[in-house]
Amino acid sequence: MKALRDIGLASGAAIVGAAVLVAVFAPLLVPHDPFAQDLSRRLLPPFWMEGAREGHLLGTDQLGRDYLSRLLYGARISMLIGIATTVASGLIGIALGVAGGFFGGRIDDAVLFAITARLSIPLILVALAVVSVVGSSLTVVVMTLGLLLWDRFAVVARVSTMQVRNLDFVAAAWAAGCSRSRIVLREILPNILSPLAVVATLEVALAILLEAALSFLGLGVPPPLPSWGLMIAEGKDYMFFSPWVIMIPGVALFVLVFGINLLGDGLRNLLRTGRVA
Amino acid sequence: MLEFLARRLLVALLVCATVLTFAFALTRLGGDLAISIAGPNATAADIEQVRVAYGLDRPLPLQFLEWVGRAATGDFGQSYFFKEKVSKLIFDRLPITFALGLVGLSIALAVALPLGIVSALREGSWTDRAISIVALLGQAMPSFWLGLVLMITLGLHLGWLPISGTGSWEHFVMPGIVLAFSAIPALLRLTRSGMIDALASDYIRTARAKGLSRRSIVLKHAARNAAMPVVSIAAVQLGFMLGGSIVIETVFALHGVGFLAWESISKNDFPTVQAVVLLLACIYTLLTLGADLLNAVLDPRLRAS
Repeated sequence: MKALRDIGLASGAAIVGAAVLVAVFAPLLVPHDPFAQDLSRRLLPPFWMEGAREGHLLGTDQLGRDYLSRLLYGARISMLIGIATTVASGLIGIALGVAGGFFGGRIDDAVLFAITARLSIPLILVALAVVSVVGSSLTVVVMTLGLLLWDRFAVVARVSTMQVRNLDFVAAAWAAGCSRSRIVLREILPNILSPLAVVATLEVALAILLEAALSFLGLGVPPPLPSWGLMIAEGKDYMFFSPWVIMIPGVALFVLVFGINLLGDGLRNLLRTGRVA
Repeated sequence: MLEFLARRLLVALLVCATVLTFAFALTRLGGDLAISIAGPNATAADIEQVRVAYGLDRPLPLQFLEWVGRAATGDFGQSYFFKEKVSKLIFDRLPITFALGLVGLSIALAVALPLGIVSALREGSWTDRAISIVALLGQAMPSFWLGLVLMITLGLHLGWLPISGTGSWEHFVMPGIVLAFSAIPALLRLTRSGMIDALASDYIRTARAKGLSRRSIVLKHAARNAAMPVVSIAAVQLGFMLGGSIVIETVFALHGVGFLAWESISKNDFPTVQAVVLLLACIYTLLTLGADLLNAVLDPRLRAS
């Protein structure tokens, strides 16, 4: 049982680690320019199928662009969106949650209300509407998702702050005459980081899935950027004859998100069993 | 109890009012609405004409108040694109979205409840772990992609189900499966933890001591008590599903509210977008309110706090 959990954590870490490496070193890894079109080599199948051509391991897309190269660059976009969005939403959510949990009273009521209101807002619909009104770009997608995905950070930061607030070491810091900001930054924040780290992994996964859905609907990352969601959207018209055009980016997306969730799940179990304080 | 009710209602109303303001602000984000409505080829005179025709030349607070006043009576104005009343457009399509949500929720419950119970009964075993991996797999599945994969496999290759459209109940099965995937992980985990708590409680020990059958203990005693949080989460999940139906309805060309929202977003039809955002938020708020009240009725302990 414990061994199985460790396998889960290890494979999650391996998948995420591989994706980070691919994202960072994509320009060095790609066999072709992911944006170079070659209409004489359209929709070539991947290596395990008949008709595959040498040099295009995963075939080519409807514009003759090398699919492997686009897939590797796609990892960049997914990781970038996942991490940038989580940083933005984490800052908002942790600030709100810690404020509510630390001050209590009216401030806490306001924070709770903000969380309730945010949860009632339909996520994808609003994200689509914002991107459509403001115009689609990588920055807009990150900002929009960042402004929408802070709720779980706020919930966890609030509850954890409440638990830590009344512990002895905080009382000691008060007694020692520490300022309020010092107590929040030095005493409380470091002690609520581990549950927040678990939330962060889940949010990275969610942000990646949402970006893919937005790009799939045409209101995420604009073409010709090789977002996996966009690759699936572009391949959709050919999927009944060449299913691999949607299978390859879809499986990549699925494996990456699964890996991140495994990592998050493993971290949570480590925290629960107390192997990491 | 009454105070609890009043407080909960007040919060719900305030949430709706917040979303009302938010939905209005949302469509004003891009600056000049008239330019977006008139389209890229419009002349300055065209834009001016649009501005006057849609009342966009008046001060923003006035536009807002007028919109709120009419929204309160259920009048969301005329759709720019469909040239129909927004309220009629939405209510014509609402049944499809609700049907999809209910199908999705039923499938999700049918999968999550048994798996959650089995998981709890064998807590810590390989079965338990395998089921929790199933939940993680469900969580990682991009819904739009799963939809396309089902279309290829169940629709094209096996020919079991129609690929897209709204003609019969069979059209709801594939989108329902896809929608269910998003709710299964949360429902499963909650059923599992609820059952584990229930099985460890005193009344189960009493039931065991009385010599009741395992079947009766699990289904009659434990499952009933574990069901309560699941019911309230199911309501919340239904709310999320209605909101998430935009992607699935677009993939399967199901002409529900989600599809309408998608169409109006791509056509810059702001009155419809505003109305759908508001409506979905209010339905979600109603569902969570209902779940809270149901819980309060079922569990007197909650009323006191």
